[in-house]
Amino acid sequence: MVYAQPKVLTPSRNDVLVLTPWLAPIIWEGTFNIDILNEQFRLQNTTVGLTVFAIKKYVVFLKLFLESAEQRFMVGHKVTYYVFTDRPADVPQVPLGAGRKLVVLTVRNYTRWQDVSMHRMEMISRFSEQRFLHEVDYLVCADVDMKFSDHVGVEILSALFGTLHPGFYSSSREAFTYERRLKSQAYIPRDEGDFYYAGGFFGGSVVEVHRLTKACHQAMVEDKANGIEAVWHDESHLNKYLLYHKPTKVLSPEYVWDQKLLGWPSIMKKLRYVAVPKNHQAIRN
Amino acid sequence: MYQPLNLTIGVTVFAVGKYTCFIRPFLESAEKFFMRGYQVHYYLFTHNPAAVPRVLLGPGRLLSIIPIQGHSQWEEISMRRMETINKHIANRAHQEVDYLFCLDVDMVFHNPWGPETLGDLVAAIHPGYFAVSRQQFPYERRQLSAAFVADNEGDFYYGGAVFGGRVARVYEFTRGCHMGILADKANGIMAAWQEESHLNRHFIWHKPSKVLSPEYLWDDRKPQPPSLKLIRFSTVEKDNSWLRS
Repeated sequence: MVYAQPKVLTPSRNDVLVLTPWLAPIIWEGTFNIDILNEQFRLQNTTVGLTVFAIKKYVVFLKLFLESAEQRFMVGHKVTYYVFTDRPADVPQVPLGAGRKLVVLTVRNYTRWQDVSMHRMEMISRFSEQRFLHEVDYLVCADVDMKFSDHVGVEILSALFGTLHPGFYSSSREAFTYERRLKSQAYIPRDEGDFYYAGGFFGGSVVEVHRLTKACHQAMVEDKANGIEAVWHDESHLNKYLLYHKPTKVLSPEYVWDQKLLGWPSIMKKLRYVAVPKNHQAIRN
Repeated sequence: MYQPLNLTIGVTVFAVGKYTCFIRPFLESAEKFFMRGYQVHYYLFTHNPAAVPRVLLGPGRLLSIIPIQGHSQWEEISMRRMETINKHIANRAHQEVDYLFCLDVDMVFHNPWGPETLGDLVAAIHPGYFAVSRQQFPYERRQLSAAFVADNEGDFYYGGAVFGGRVARVYEFTRGCHMGILADKANGIMAAWQEESHLNRHFIWHKPSKVLSPEYLWDDRKPQPPSLKLIRFSTVEKDNSWLRS
């Protein structure tokens, strides 16, 4: 394979941090050569699982989510979509490319949207053990009310990854919306914290995602028993977990963005996975 | 992050012929700077165990002396290292260590070398070539050799004096290099920089998961550039013609 020589004395980006203090790469456009990475992952015949929850009215987001994933998510690699839904009949028929399949997993719904969100951890954890372990190498756990607007590929894959929340990448840690009440399992004191990670896009190897989702679920059960619910639900617990179990890759906010709220600043060379407009009142019922 | 894992780090080092004179400074400086706080097992390969000086080691740190055959040609000694390391892993090291580093002995540690260097497969950038273009890398350029690298290929020029990783990966790596060395022997050719040439070819096709900057492999004869904040491991002043005779 012929490609340009990497330059030891020229950083790939001089406007952003590309490596965490624990030496995990932070993935921004310009930091990676996708051809080299594709070759490495194809050699391993990598299969990627993508979990997405479409509960009650959220089924309406599936068509655009899946169609855009077909164009932009892990193209050229084996992909299995795991669609968790309480309305299997409403899962749209989206034509899939070669080596890509869709599995519908029927699950219960919850009345409160917070519970729907939080129980994703429990469901991913359960299915990881029973099924995902034998079917895929990596799991990507994504929100459904989004679309893929640019390339999202194997550059994200590693043992454990989180994504920088687009609302907090330039904030100081005191301003992160971590859970601040000691009583909660998700509590993080004001002088701690590396980043604020987004609850809508995380993943890793099946083993590591199982560990993470199991830990978050158990922490939420504990909180419920103690009569408390973390301020940002599963996202609060995700942040606690990743603080003490550091991710091996961190994705830049290119990988979770909201153009309506945040525009298109110059440090974002690509907007890869973006919010789809939704009426919160109507959809959360 | 690494400390709770109770890891053991192995180090292979070869001191054959007159190179036994480097053992003391290597070990004494390693005791001060290499993987402090971790369990370390030095594997010292030498033709002359009697020439190995007594060096006091800290707790949790061991030295095993492994006798090997000497050879009249220094190039031969250098190239047999791949095979020796590979066999040693199969015989012993795979049971005794989690990570293994293979280091040259004619070097000294000047600053900490810690868990930041641990990875599945680790290479170090050669201090002489980090600022030049790949056409000037001293790769083996004869197509007949198993270590051949074309003009438009290559990421970095790695130094043969430092490589390592998880024990199983080092096993595969040294095997691959040794196979290349044998193939060359059968074709009556020896690569330009002996096993370093084979190492470099191999690292193009099996990319390291971690690359150490020239801080981890420096040549004291070079002036220290501003980009180099710290020198951790570097060559000892020596007279090659005397040593190799």
